[in-house]
Amino acid sequence: MLQAQIEIILIASVVAASCALVGSFLVLRRMALLSDAISHAILFGIVLMFFVVESTTSPLLVIAATLTGVLTVLLVEALTRTQLVKEDAAIGLVFPLLFSLGVILITRYAANVHLDVDAVLLGEIAFAPFSRFVVFGLDLGPQALWLALGVGALNLIFILLFWKELKLATFDAGLAAALGFSPALIHYALMTLVSVTAVSSFEAAGTVLVVALMIAPPAAAYLLTDRLPVMLGLSVGIGVLSAVTGFALARVLDASIAGSMATMTGVAFLLALLFAPQRGLVRKWTRGRSQRRQFAGEMLLVHLSQHEADPALAAEATIEHMARHMRWPEGFGQDVVKHLAREGFVSRVNGSLALTPLGREVAQSVMLR
Amino acid sequence: MDVVSIFRDLFTDYTLRTVALGSALLGLVSGALGVFAVLRRQSLLGDAISHAALPGVALAFLLTGSKQPLVLALGAIVAGWLATVLVLQVTGNTRIKPDAALGIVLAVFFGFGLLLLTFIQRLPDAAKAGLDKFLFGQAATLLGRDLVTMAALGGFALALVLLFWKEFKLLTFDPDFGASLGYPTRWLEILLITLMVIAIVVGIQTVGVVLMSAMLVAPAAAARQWTEKLNVMVLLAGLFGASVGLAGALVSSIVPRLPTGPTVVVFMSVVVLFSLLFAPRRGLLARARQRRRQKWQFAQEALAVHLLQHEGQPNEAVESDVSHAGRHMQWTAAFASGVVSRAEDNDLLSRRHDQLALTDKGRALAREAMER
Repeated sequence: MLQAQIEIILIASVVAASCALVGSFLVLRRMALLSDAISHAILFGIVLMFFVVESTTSPLLVIAATLTGVLTVLLVEALTRTQLVKEDAAIGLVFPLLFSLGVILITRYAANVHLDVDAVLLGEIAFAPFSRFVVFGLDLGPQALWLALGVGALNLIFILLFWKELKLATFDAGLAAALGFSPALIHYALMTLVSVTAVSSFEAAGTVLVVALMIAPPAAAYLLTDRLPVMLGLSVGIGVLSAVTGFALARVLDASIAGSMATMTGVAFLLALLFAPQRGLVRKWTRGRSQRRQFAGEMLLVHLSQHEADPALAAEATIEHMARHMRWPEGFGQDVVKHLAREGFVSRVNGSLALTPLGREVAQSVMLR
Repeated sequence: MDVVSIFRDLFTDYTLRTVALGSALLGLVSGALGVFAVLRRQSLLGDAISHAALPGVALAFLLTGSKQPLVLALGAIVAGWLATVLVLQVTGNTRIKPDAALGIVLAVFFGFGLLLLTFIQRLPDAAKAGLDKFLFGQAATLLGRDLVTMAALGGFALALVLLFWKEFKLLTFDPDFGASLGYPTRWLEILLITLMVIAIVVGIQTVGVVLMSAMLVAPAAAARQWTEKLNVMVLLAGLFGASVGLAGALVSSIVPRLPTGPTVVVFMSVVVLFSLLFAPRRGLLARARQRRRQKWQFAQEALAVHLLQHEGQPNEAVESDVSHAGRHMQWTAAFASGVVSRAEDNDLLSRRHDQLALTDKGRALAREAMER
């Protein structure tokens, strides 16, 4: 593998990890869509500052974009507070406007100067290794990698330093306020981090991948665990895995790297959605089926025990009769009886069903329940 | 280009006429359908659906090799539908909240769409060009056959809104009541979302998937400020959407290098801002004016009550002194004199030197205020 490819994978992995860190709190705080709003709106700040400094690598761009991100959140909140529009509509009004202004400015005045609309949506991670971080003639690797590492470290330090406050403000904002922590302060600090993370990922990954990386891995992790530290670790792991497999997919298809990574985060979420051990949909379906079968089996045992004294009815205790009596669908009765027989609760005598002593006991205990 | 020649071209120039008609149509349909999305707090579902349309378009092209608008629209409809079902299933069956479900569907579908789009662009096939206009929209590329498809789909959606007007109204404002009356609310909801998907598909070629949601949200949010009635709101939102779509598309066709979607969104945002500020009753300015009026009204009543309390009392002369009354109410001198002069203008009291005396009207107001 070429050095450039390794560097791309490294950048993507670090970006994915820091997105997953802040994204976890967004998902838990039900603010996932603010990441969408922020990642679109910061384009406006980036473009405006680009006209001032006329450079795409100036750190001032990051600052301007971060401020725009926080401004977006403030605007959404102010608009919601007027009570003229609901919060979802407020989000849907603010970021398209800022994003549109950004796109118009780029296409009108900045076309062909390294800022172009495709790069905004897709990111330029394929070109990221080309701008090097050189100190005193020493090549220290791609700039994007250092930026991603810096922001990732910032996120990690913030989360470790304010772990208790973040946890409290996320799960019980009322209690946090009552104990004297300011949920608002934590909120805006987090929004600033989201903005910084979005900007730092923006150049490498584009608007959309940022949203995918911030939300999908934490949401997948949320389906897998109930513990916050585990969730953070899992979402970082899922994010990095999606980044690496996404890169591979893009190589195979010769397609957009950002698009492939976003797709892989979706695949990861889908896998968690289906196969999570406790909350997965497959587990949910099978649990429902086995519960239905167990209930039906118990009902059958009770029915048999009720009619044991009556020899005429006992003779009619065939599977077909029972299934008709219980209004079970075709095949279900066979299934139920098979399981009861395997457990040793019923035995088949000349085609009709009879309770075993064990089955009689179970029927008794069900009736007493 | 001057205004007159633009208008002349509007009727004679084929491209310009197509662009104008297409954008007006898009604005009308998405504006009207957006009302339901906004009122039902599903604004961002529109965003997710429109992003989700991208892989639908790309897959439809990949599978059929055709760029027929109806084929691409069908692909978009299927993808938008799938996105909606996913969002509803995930929120209904897991502990994932709607915001996260929407975000995932939006970003992942769009990412997958970009993956397909870049994949298509590298295919050795000449017919691939033009799909990327679905990102930001390019009204100038609208063709007559696009217009026919848009008109058919949009007309179908609007006709169904009219047909199910009563049901949709109930679904929007009181779905539980609707269910208790025996309406199949679940099916109605699916139908309404399907119509929203259609409205989005009608618009994406002009506005692009990235900004299509703004065309659902903004006209409805603007229209909401001017009326309390659903039918007026739908009409207004359709009107706003159509006129702004028209204006934005025309400007972007005439000015070089101006993408249609962003232009329309900026124009639409101006309309929203204007509505938020200047709408009668609900608007921010109207509310500020009303608050100010209430403040003065309340102060006058308070002063009248104060004067009435001390009428005929031994300390009446002291209490009805202008400066004393103001101090008593903890008003600034300027505010106190403002209150007194307003009360005088309203014939509530008369003033002789520094002594205030209630008129009959002022007395009546004070009594009424005390009984409230």
